[in-house]
Amino acid sequence: MTAAGTSGLLERHIAFLEALRAAGLPVSLAEDLDAIAALTALSWDDRALVREGYAATLVKRRAQRPTFDALFDLYFPRLVGDGGLGLDGTPGGSDAETSPDGDADGPDAPDGPDAAGEGVRDNAAALTDFRERLLDALLAGDDDALARMAAEMVGRFGAMPGRGPGLSSWSAYTALQRVAPGELVDKIVAGLVAGGRGDEEADRAAAQRIGAFTRTVEADARRRIGEEKGPDHVASVAMRPTIDRLDFLSMRRADLEEMRREIHPLARRLASRLTQEHHARRRGPLDFRRTVRASMSTGGVPLTTHHKPRRPHRTELVVLCDVSGSVAHFAQFTLLLVFALRDQFQAVRAFTFVDDVHEVTPYFRPGADLVDVMGDLAASAAHAARFGRTNYGRALTRFAEEHPDALGPRSSLLVLGDARSNYADLRLDVLRELTAGIRHSWWLNPEHRRHWDTGDSAASRYGEVVPMVECRNLTQLGEFVHQVL
Amino acid sequence: MTSSWFSSPAQAVERLAAAGYLADAPTATTSYLAGALEKPLLVEGPAGVGKTELAKAVARACDAELVRLQCYEGLDEARALYEWNYKKQLLRIQASQGAQEGAQEWSATHDDIFTDEFLLTRPLLTAIRREEPTVLLIDEVDKTDVEVEGLLLEVLSDFQVTIPELGTVTAVRRPFVVLSSNASRELSEAVKRRCLYLHLDYPDAEREREIVSSQVPGLDDRGAEQLVAMVGRMRELELKKAPSIAESVDWARTLIALEIRDLDDKAVTDTLGVVLKHASDHDRAVRELRLRA
Repeated sequence: MTAAGTSGLLERHIAFLEALRAAGLPVSLAEDLDAIAALTALSWDDRALVREGYAATLVKRRAQRPTFDALFDLYFPRLVGDGGLGLDGTPGGSDAETSPDGDADGPDAPDGPDAAGEGVRDNAAALTDFRERLLDALLAGDDDALARMAAEMVGRFGAMPGRGPGLSSWSAYTALQRVAPGELVDKIVAGLVAGGRGDEEADRAAAQRIGAFTRTVEADARRRIGEEKGPDHVASVAMRPTIDRLDFLSMRRADLEEMRREIHPLARRLASRLTQEHHARRRGPLDFRRTVRASMSTGGVPLTTHHKPRRPHRTELVVLCDVSGSVAHFAQFTLLLVFALRDQFQAVRAFTFVDDVHEVTPYFRPGADLVDVMGDLAASAAHAARFGRTNYGRALTRFAEEHPDALGPRSSLLVLGDARSNYADLRLDVLRELTAGIRHSWWLNPEHRRHWDTGDSAASRYGEVVPMVECRNLTQLGEFVHQVL
Repeated sequence: MTSSWFSSPAQAVERLAAAGYLADAPTATTSYLAGALEKPLLVEGPAGVGKTELAKAVARACDAELVRLQCYEGLDEARALYEWNYKKQLLRIQASQGAQEGAQEWSATHDDIFTDEFLLTRPLLTAIRREEPTVLLIDEVDKTDVEVEGLLLEVLSDFQVTIPELGTVTAVRRPFVVLSSNASRELSEAVKRRCLYLHLDYPDAEREREIVSSQVPGLDDRGAEQLVAMVGRMRELELKKAPSIAESVDWARTLIALEIRDLDDKAVTDTLGVVLKHASDHDRAVRELRLRA
């Protein structure tokens, strides 16, 4: 380990671990030592091996793997600078020969990056040439070549020269705008179809390759910035939280899909945890007959006692959710989770509102398809709005008028929303009346606690009537549901 | 102690392949590390991607015996570790009393009935006491109660079991431990910290084709390619249960049995039940893949 100490490897290793911890991975000292032991057992000359060694010892959850990969790329970059020579030992020019017009490109590939540093190679001709080569590489689906092209692309077209050393930067956005790989889709599809693939298949393959290339470019920009400013800087600025810690209110479209895939596993985990816990508490009154019968095998001595199972208590749940633009996603995910867990309840009814109330229970048929349900829910949001501006007071009044039978002494009420009512009358009296005769009530607020009561938020005023809980991400949602059941 | 498992990740790939398990680079590397560092290996992933099969393949590749502990809800010490054969102990006491009235002292009887003869070893203890190479598979560890995890801690970190009457039994030769989990419950940090972690996922198209061809020799290349492409498309859909490798292999066997050569829309629709096990998944697949229902 002394060699590592002098070469700065140990420092890099520790900085990497610190970054992982900062990103929310619980890396203990024991795992740290395991990682060192694993790396000693592996050979250092293969980057993929080092990565797997680290991953096996440090990453113990599936959801953390993307974070780990991004940080690993930052702290142990594939190449340094414009990298004529990759760390994995493949010289930059060698693969160009495998492409059909490799002879033409081979010679200028190595000197291109050097020139790019001075910023003179970024001109229209270079752009056209680069796009042609990119098209070839995308058509061939050659990952190594694409990784090199991504590095070249960021270096050439994404450079933002600074006034001095340490001030220059790189932008994946600029590079992607200039090269616009998205415009190549049609050509790739045409090329793939000519290569004997079906239309649909070609479409999918093209979209996949462009997407992968875009991610590579983004990673390369991070790597370069990390080199310039130190990985710690990038790790703290450019890393996104893992999907289960991502705020409902700051989701992008791609996140929506990923999160939807998480709903069912989460529901299954919660359900199995609940069954286990119920079983642990199920020792009811003594079952005399079974105990005596079992004692026969031990000569009449009742060594083990048997108990009757305890009847599980199940609640009727009424969910009332705000589906106005800002919080719609939160409401949808919570509804999906609640209905995925429906067998844990006696009955579930769901209502959506903006300034009017609409019952959505029928959309959740048992075994229905998630994507369809989400579509129906979005379409039905129109029924829940009369003037289109969120009005909690009006919605509550309408709910009390239209569905007086929904809440009974055995039911529990769950309200979902940010409690922002556009300064309208809150009708606290109606809410108080609604919650008076029922078993439980909760209010889930997707906003951070520090934003409560800012602007038109009436969080604490509603919170006095119905206990309000902060619920910003899937983890918090899962914890809440578990606690309630 | 000799770590006779694998000598390098590359060799792990080779020997696992010889045992009929096509491992990808992460799997091979992690298996090699589990052998080299003598740490348990926790394998997580969706059902049917070959978690249990990995343990069996390691056992075959290294000529080791497989000891399997199938976990289930309510599993306890007596089923996992060891148990005293109290019926036999009772008989022993009664026999000694019947033979010579009060001849034998209680302390002698006591020493007599807490010996190896009356000990029923269960998988964990068996694996630790074995002197030959052993692969210990703790299957579906997420199904157990939290208390069993506590029980595993001593076994997993020190490879020893403490029996109050006999003392501590330490492993002569550390077994290769594989824990498999479907992640239906989050395992405790204490267990995870002691293990190496491997997440097995659906393989890429090429590897899956190799797996299917090696498992179902009768399938020709074109059929395998079509099948794997179709399964790949199904995994991209949002299904309740995406088809895993086990389902691909089943499907391939079905096609052979029905003598279907060409996997066209009709053939897919007819045999969809082999791959997709939910009614809503069926509907979605038929709609999205534009099959004729």
